[in-house]
Amino acid sequence: MQERLQTLKEEALLQIEKASSMKEVQDIRVAYLGKKGPITEISKGMGKLSAEERPKMGQLVNEIRTAISDQLEEKANGLEKAAVEERLKKETIDISLPGRPIKRGNHHPLTRVIEEIEDLFLGMGFSIAEGPEVETDYYNFEALNLPKDHPARDMQDSFYITEETLLRTHTSPMQARTMEKLNGEGPVKIIVPGKVYRRDTDDATHSHQFMQIEGLMVGENVRMSDLKGVLQSFAKKMFGDEREIRLRPSFFPFTEPSVEMDISCFNCGGNGCSVCKGTGWIEILGGGMVHPNVLRMSGFDPEKVTGFAFGMGPERIAMLKYGIDDIRHFYTNDSRFIKQFNTL
Amino acid sequence: MLVSMNWLQQYVDLDSYSADELADLITKGGIEVETVEKLNKGISGVVIGHVLSCEQHPDADKLNICLVDIGEEEPVQIICGAANIAKGQHVAVAKVGAVLPGNFKIKKAKLRGEASHGMICSLQELGIESKLVQKEFADGIFVFSDDVTPGEDALHYLNLNDEILELGLTPNRADAMNMIGVAYEVGAVLNRSIDLPSPELVRTEESAEDYVSLHVENEDDNPYYGATVIKDVTIASSPQWLVNRLVSAGIRPINNVVDITNYVLLEYGQPLHAFDYDRFGSKEVIIRRATDGEKIVTLDDTERTLSSDHLVITNGSKPVAVAGVMGGADSEVQQDTTTILLEAAYFNSKLVRKASKDLGLRSDSSARFEKGIDRNRVVGASERAAQLIQEIAGGTVLKGIAEQGARTVEAKDVSIEVTRINQVLGTEISETEVAAIFERLQFSYQNFGGTFTVQVPPRRPDITISEDLIEEVGRLYGYDNVPATLPITESTPGQLSDYQKKRRRVRRALEGAGLYQTVTYSLTSPSKRIFFSDETTDAIRLAMPMSEERSELRTSLLPHLLEVAQYNKNRQLENLAFYETASVFLPDGELPKEQEHLAGVVSGLWQEHLWQKEKKSVDFFVVKGILEELAVEFGVEERLTFARADEPKLHPGRTAAVHLDNELIGYIGQLHPEVEKELDLSETYVFEINLEALLKANVDHLKYKKLPRFPSVTRDVALVVNESLEAGQVKRVIEEAGGAKLVEINLFDVYQGEHLEEGKKSLAFSLRYYNPEQTLTEEEVKKAHDRVLTAVEEQFGAALRS
Repeated sequence: MQERLQTLKEEALLQIEKASSMKEVQDIRVAYLGKKGPITEISKGMGKLSAEERPKMGQLVNEIRTAISDQLEEKANGLEKAAVEERLKKETIDISLPGRPIKRGNHHPLTRVIEEIEDLFLGMGFSIAEGPEVETDYYNFEALNLPKDHPARDMQDSFYITEETLLRTHTSPMQARTMEKLNGEGPVKIIVPGKVYRRDTDDATHSHQFMQIEGLMVGENVRMSDLKGVLQSFAKKMFGDEREIRLRPSFFPFTEPSVEMDISCFNCGGNGCSVCKGTGWIEILGGGMVHPNVLRMSGFDPEKVTGFAFGMGPERIAMLKYGIDDIRHFYTNDSRFIKQFNTL
Repeated sequence: MLVSMNWLQQYVDLDSYSADELADLITKGGIEVETVEKLNKGISGVVIGHVLSCEQHPDADKLNICLVDIGEEEPVQIICGAANIAKGQHVAVAKVGAVLPGNFKIKKAKLRGEASHGMICSLQELGIESKLVQKEFADGIFVFSDDVTPGEDALHYLNLNDEILELGLTPNRADAMNMIGVAYEVGAVLNRSIDLPSPELVRTEESAEDYVSLHVENEDDNPYYGATVIKDVTIASSPQWLVNRLVSAGIRPINNVVDITNYVLLEYGQPLHAFDYDRFGSKEVIIRRATDGEKIVTLDDTERTLSSDHLVITNGSKPVAVAGVMGGADSEVQQDTTTILLEAAYFNSKLVRKASKDLGLRSDSSARFEKGIDRNRVVGASERAAQLIQEIAGGTVLKGIAEQGARTVEAKDVSIEVTRINQVLGTEISETEVAAIFERLQFSYQNFGGTFTVQVPPRRPDITISEDLIEEVGRLYGYDNVPATLPITESTPGQLSDYQKKRRRVRRALEGAGLYQTVTYSLTSPSKRIFFSDETTDAIRLAMPMSEERSELRTSLLPHLLEVAQYNKNRQLENLAFYETASVFLPDGELPKEQEHLAGVVSGLWQEHLWQKEKKSVDFFVVKGILEELAVEFGVEERLTFARADEPKLHPGRTAAVHLDNELIGYIGQLHPEVEKELDLSETYVFEINLEALLKANVDHLKYKKLPRFPSVTRDVALVVNESLEAGQVKRVIEEAGGAKLVEINLFDVYQGEHLEEGKKSLAFSLRYYNPEQTLTEEEVKKAHDRVLTAVEEQFGAALRS
């Protein structure tokens, strides 16, 4: 009986070793360990053995059973692993093939520049005011200290609709509109982005329609040094920390004193190059202290409050910042142009 | 304003400053120097030559063989083709080895067998613009009129060693439109004294008033008029120094008298006019408004029709000049003129501006009057001109001036406190510093305990209020010295309005959906008013458009978006997806109604994955899906509906009106194939909606809904209906019939064809039922579902598809 068991074991292990599929493993299990298998058979016949032999034989049967069973287990695991490996191998793909493009568009560069500027001033406590693009002569000129026959009106030849209405030539009318609403109660801290229009023939540097961003701050003790501080902070965030600014005296009818702001050239760092025309400085915006007439006309008392205002051109800023050579690109909307600004 | 360094040097000591350094300082002081130009365009080796002999070339009719003394041991032989060359002339000679503008090198040459050792130059060859060359030298070589020495540097005599600063003057700084004004400014900037001309005149016993009987009708129109009479002048060419001054300022020399009036205009900023006294027509000089329709032929030989808005100088019967703008041709100074009536006046700037604008005549004179001249310099300027005419044209100046009006006005007092200056600028400038700045500006002042009362001279009409003085102090103190501070006023929260936030989200949503943003022009032409325009309303038209192409304000964004599509398609960019948000302009009250719209245009392939062979063309539902997503973004998806619509320029079967809460807010559809053909576009879908309506729609405050706790039940149903029936209608009926427990309806199949009767289609919906209170019972679902089936059967005769 013992011999028979040993033989069965050897047979079984040999078959297991040869097995190459899960089915075979299963068949072997049934054949040897199943209810009708030879080992079960032997177990059943153990009743005939003597009381001494029975435990010994029982132990042997169990050992052999366990040995076969373990071996089967091991084989099954091995086969399963091989099968998985086989499947993975089959499922392998060429990961160098191009991925599926996700449909996407992007913003126009002007929008992004404007939003960037908006965000910078939002961070400094300014809010964003918007006004009509068709304005009255009053708001566009008169309320800004530009009476009807003021020579400075020549600076910005305009598109009139009637004698009293026109396409706004700047976003400054919102200075007056905003202040009027506040009945002399400050503080005022706004920026005004928007489209403006001037009688210019479109070419590489002129456009009859363009964007402007106006800024206005009015309150007690608003000083020119504050204008300088706010603009310096803007310039550094917009053009880089190393930028320096300088203010130069200038003239606008609605500010007194008036200034123009230059930043040190971001291309050459101020040494002089073609971007800054050799001067080391690039003109970015105009501004100044709000003219007392403007404050007065809008219901603020220039004895009690002062203010600063500034205006800048997003096209110019975008052109400088990204080296765009023709202002018309902004309005032609060549998709190859717009797509270049997807990372902004 | 062009400022010659050599000329400026006459009034201010510029030693130790290069033109570039000075330009930088002037710019920092407040007048922008736009360019610094060297008159010498790379010339060397040009000297003065004396033509000793000049004979015709034996083999060439048009060439002359000249022997020229150029200050060297031996005269040189030069062949010259100029018609005006003659023996005895002093000319500019480019020697062998000389360089002319454009790096043109002069070499020894042989012309028809004769050697030529150099070139006799015209002014153009020396880099002077043709428009600045005197007529007599326009077509030939230049001839010196002065005593000059052969061999000396010709550039010096022609002022070609000069450098010119071009000032970009803002309208307030008309005071710097003349050399004296520039001298004051440069003196202030450099803190140096200035030396101004003080004309001294010898006048005859005869009095100007015997020659002129003056009457100014209205002194508001013409606060001062003065006429000086100069007899026995000889009209000739101007001396070289005067020619050089005018050329450096960009004015072409004409003759001595005219050149002198132009010179004084440039020097004093005072426009002068020289009439030929004998051609004036009478002794009377009457200044009055023109009568409507009155005519004058101006110096440029053009007949002008005047009106009562225009001020004229008359000889008592007819106009001889448009005041401050241009003189008349009849009384022009000519070669035979001997007696001059020299006008120096102060005209009302508004009248000059009006006349200049109406007549389309801009002159150096009108430009100065318009912007305001120095009242107190009028008489000085006329004396300066008289003195120069006397010196140069040999005239005798009659005693006195025939004049009307006050010669001068008082300086205006403007006060400012030092504390106010510092408060506005954010500086700590001392009283002493402020005083020093006013002294540099040559303003007199009194200072009482820090309050400066400044006597602003009339040469600076731009200074009228204390803020103007703050600017004067600030600019000369230097804005570089103003600190950069942060505002000390109360702080305010900076934030976008709800609308602005939502507008940004619109952009993100559309860009996320695959559209590119565009910005196009607001001005358009009536021919493009083809979309959604109500014929009863007009667009807003400009009073004076620059072109018909940009003559009115758009009422729809689509036309320009379609232009963008065309532009891109013409460049082989065929898969198009663009949008724009911008205002359209609808006629309303005084100002139009500006309404922000959103429009889009899509065409070509919507999706493509090449190697997986996947392609999806744009269709109606792509565009509809974009709008639906936008509605979801703003929580109005239940309120946005689409209804079949007819729009002339859109495809009649593929167009829908878009409604929000039953209000029409726009359209969506395919371009009409005829329009596609006309614009050379392939199948193109467009939409345009009133963005304000969408973004301003009231949306309930967001509130969390409990997550489902019970399972839901889904039933699919395929309904056979007439093919003309819209799925949307069926869905609406299902929705109504299903009741509260029907929570979701999804159309998942539309089928037509085999196994279906002709004219029928099958719509398959997936219906999800849910009860938030408890688990649905089979019975509940059946009840609701049966209601749905009954309703669709009753309404549409819909049968279940077997």
